[in-house]
Amino acid sequence: MRINMRRMHDNQFGTIAAIKVAGDLGRRLRDMGLVPGTEIRIQGRAPLYDPVALRVRGATITLRNNEADYIEVEVTE
Amino acid sequence: MRTTVALAGNPNSGKTTLFNELTGARQHVGNYPGVTVEKKEGTYTGKDFQLHVVDLPGTYSLTAYSLEEVVARDFLVNEKPEVVINIVDASNLERNLYLAVQFLEMGTPVCIALNMIDVAKKRGIEINAHKLSDLLGVPVIPTVARSGIGKKELMERAAHIVQGKKTYGPLKISYGADVDRALIDMEKEIEANNFLTQTYPVRWIALKYMESDEQILDKGKKANPELAARLEEMVKKVSHHLQETLDTYPEAMIADQRYGYIKSILKQGVIYQKYDQNRLYSSDKIDKVLTNRFLGPIFMLTIIAGLYHVVFTYSEVPVGWMERLFRLLGDGVSALLPDGLLKSLLVSGVIDGVGGVLGFVPLIMFMFFGIAILEDSGYLARVAFMLDRIFRIFGLHGSSVMAFIISGGIAGGCAVPGVMATRTLRSPRERLATLLTVPFMNCGAKLPVFALLIAAFFAKYEAMIMFMITLGAWAGALLVAKLLRVTVIKGASAPFVMELPPYRMPTFKGLAIHTWERTWQYIKKAGTVILGFSIILWAMMTFPSLPESTLQKFEIQHQSLLNSVSPEIVQQLERTAVEAELSREAQKLKDRINRLDRKQAEARLRNSVAGRIGIVLENVSRWAGFDWRTNIALIGGFAAKEVVVSTLGTAYSLGEVDPEQSRSLSETLANDPNWSPLVALGLIVFTIFYSPCFVSVVCISRESGSWKWGAFAVAFNTLLAFGLAVLIFQIGSALGA
Repeated sequence: MRINMRRMHDNQFGTIAAIKVAGDLGRRLRDMGLVPGTEIRIQGRAPLYDPVALRVRGATITLRNNEADYIEVEVTE
Repeated sequence: MRTTVALAGNPNSGKTTLFNELTGARQHVGNYPGVTVEKKEGTYTGKDFQLHVVDLPGTYSLTAYSLEEVVARDFLVNEKPEVVINIVDASNLERNLYLAVQFLEMGTPVCIALNMIDVAKKRGIEINAHKLSDLLGVPVIPTVARSGIGKKELMERAAHIVQGKKTYGPLKISYGADVDRALIDMEKEIEANNFLTQTYPVRWIALKYMESDEQILDKGKKANPELAARLEEMVKKVSHHLQETLDTYPEAMIADQRYGYIKSILKQGVIYQKYDQNRLYSSDKIDKVLTNRFLGPIFMLTIIAGLYHVVFTYSEVPVGWMERLFRLLGDGVSALLPDGLLKSLLVSGVIDGVGGVLGFVPLIMFMFFGIAILEDSGYLARVAFMLDRIFRIFGLHGSSVMAFIISGGIAGGCAVPGVMATRTLRSPRERLATLLTVPFMNCGAKLPVFALLIAAFFAKYEAMIMFMITLGAWAGALLVAKLLRVTVIKGASAPFVMELPPYRMPTFKGLAIHTWERTWQYIKKAGTVILGFSIILWAMMTFPSLPESTLQKFEIQHQSLLNSVSPEIVQQLERTAVEAELSREAQKLKDRINRLDRKQAEARLRNSVAGRIGIVLENVSRWAGFDWRTNIALIGGFAAKEVVVSTLGTAYSLGEVDPEQSRSLSETLANDPNWSPLVALGLIVFTIFYSPCFVSVVCISRESGSWKWGAFAVAFNTLLAFGLAVLIFQIGSALGA
């Protein structure tokens, strides 16, 4: 099932299916290791539910919800 | 000829630690030409060789995403270091190699430091460095920067590369059939026309065109517009094709293939992981508490308040020493020199001015030490993470919060270290908005002004007014930040995407170097400019001196005072030591003479340039209910906010008023018909918002890289403050308060 990253719940696993953004943000996401095929896990969210923290390639990356909106993730459940 | 080695790597890969370990205290900190990115250089001395080491800014990539990346790239291209030492975090190898691959694509001679190999081992990650070295075709040396393990071998291998003079062809990766084919066509064109080839490798130029790299596109347009257009057209064709067939574009395709290439290398027996790589480590367990929805904010408040408390409490003692030192110096010069302009210049202009700057030094050192701990341990990134949602509303960044708090977000900070703390902010627009709004916070120097006015007019509501002042400053700062971000610093916010590095124990060496570097820069740069400003302010409050006729009048009055009593009393006054008990008559005479001296000081101030400006400004400042005395005091406050109190003292003929003990002044104000609670309220608001003191202005200019922003802060803030003060006074008067 393909869902938007914003809809993932804490500790959920998934594989990035597509990143639908070009420009600076797209570049930055790729530089930080977020490319299609990458496995991720939602590590948690800030006290105000935004930004979100992910586990990627053994590191913790944070991004704002409106940035996570561009990322589609394949999840098992 | 000296041999240059560049250190490059991801932020948090231990690059700075390795640099400190290699060069020790023999460092030179400057800026890259034309930008505010720090450039650190040092020398490494080996057995029989010496290397000049340059620390490149930490980057994740060599695209033109941030200033740091452009700076790092330009350095590689223009300065052509003999070898690049790429520090990669062994516990996070896959992502760190993304940068390494880009160096190889550029054809730069690279030597890889496989850093934090101990952390990797602890995490159950085994890395075969030989295998990795064979596959990448460059030396790979395991290191532990914190303890210096591997640094000797690393530098020997680097020196070896330099001596070997082996040329490295750029690494050629396949980026997929469509991109590859287009790249070959583009390379032909580029080579045939010698397009930018003096500076960059051929394939790399083609690759950057494919990635729509703004910097290279710009340079291309200037060098050969016709060919540039043709290349861009070729890219467009591929891009179109990729979008139709694979729903992707060249830039994304290239990144995918780079990661693919890295994965294929790691799969050939380079890395062995005992555990799942997303398993929880102690750092994540700490985060479960420190960024917890409920506990996180509580811990954050406690940690920040604690830092603040420690810094301002413990720096008080050395700040006191500095103040005493400069007072002694001032007294010494006073005693040695005869009364006159030279003495006044040295004492009031030079010593007070320089003392004012150097007096901050212990405070700044403590503050930077505290921030360095938060930064190096990784906690600062968590603060940004937790607070970003709130600060984003106002066009700022989660990381802005530290600067605000240091500047006096909890009343009693200082904008100078606050302005300098904005360096931890990566996004330029948010950083500038933060820089320009932190001076609204209530620094320690504004407090005596508030204390004076509250004591005079609002003594009953002291706590409430202080609370309102703090709240008002925050509201004002955030709203102005928002205003700036939709007007002069307009533009989308930079992507927030950042790494939360694992918690690490900071090393003392790292903290000490960090702290000293920043403190020294402050002393050096701020010191020179501020000395000049301080002399100008002194001159404004000194010249022109009173006309001869007025001076004579005072002299006559002085004489008549002396003549009005018997000569014995005069003698007694002249001979007795300052503290000694005087007879009643002598005491009376002394008081009278003092009163006359203060009157003269008031007359002199009124007659000076500053005084005249104050009087002229009365025409405007009337709208806010400020008279000439307040105007001069506020001009003086440009030197340092607490000067408002002492200058008001002089203007009201009270002599020098100690800002800490302004009781008599507050009584005078309370009884003066020109003053009212309304004027006082207006002045409080004005003091919160008007021009930052000149030390802050110098720092703002320096940190923003332009005097334009320093001037903007002075003009904009003063206008804003005046507008608010007028509003309060006019509305209040209309309501009959």
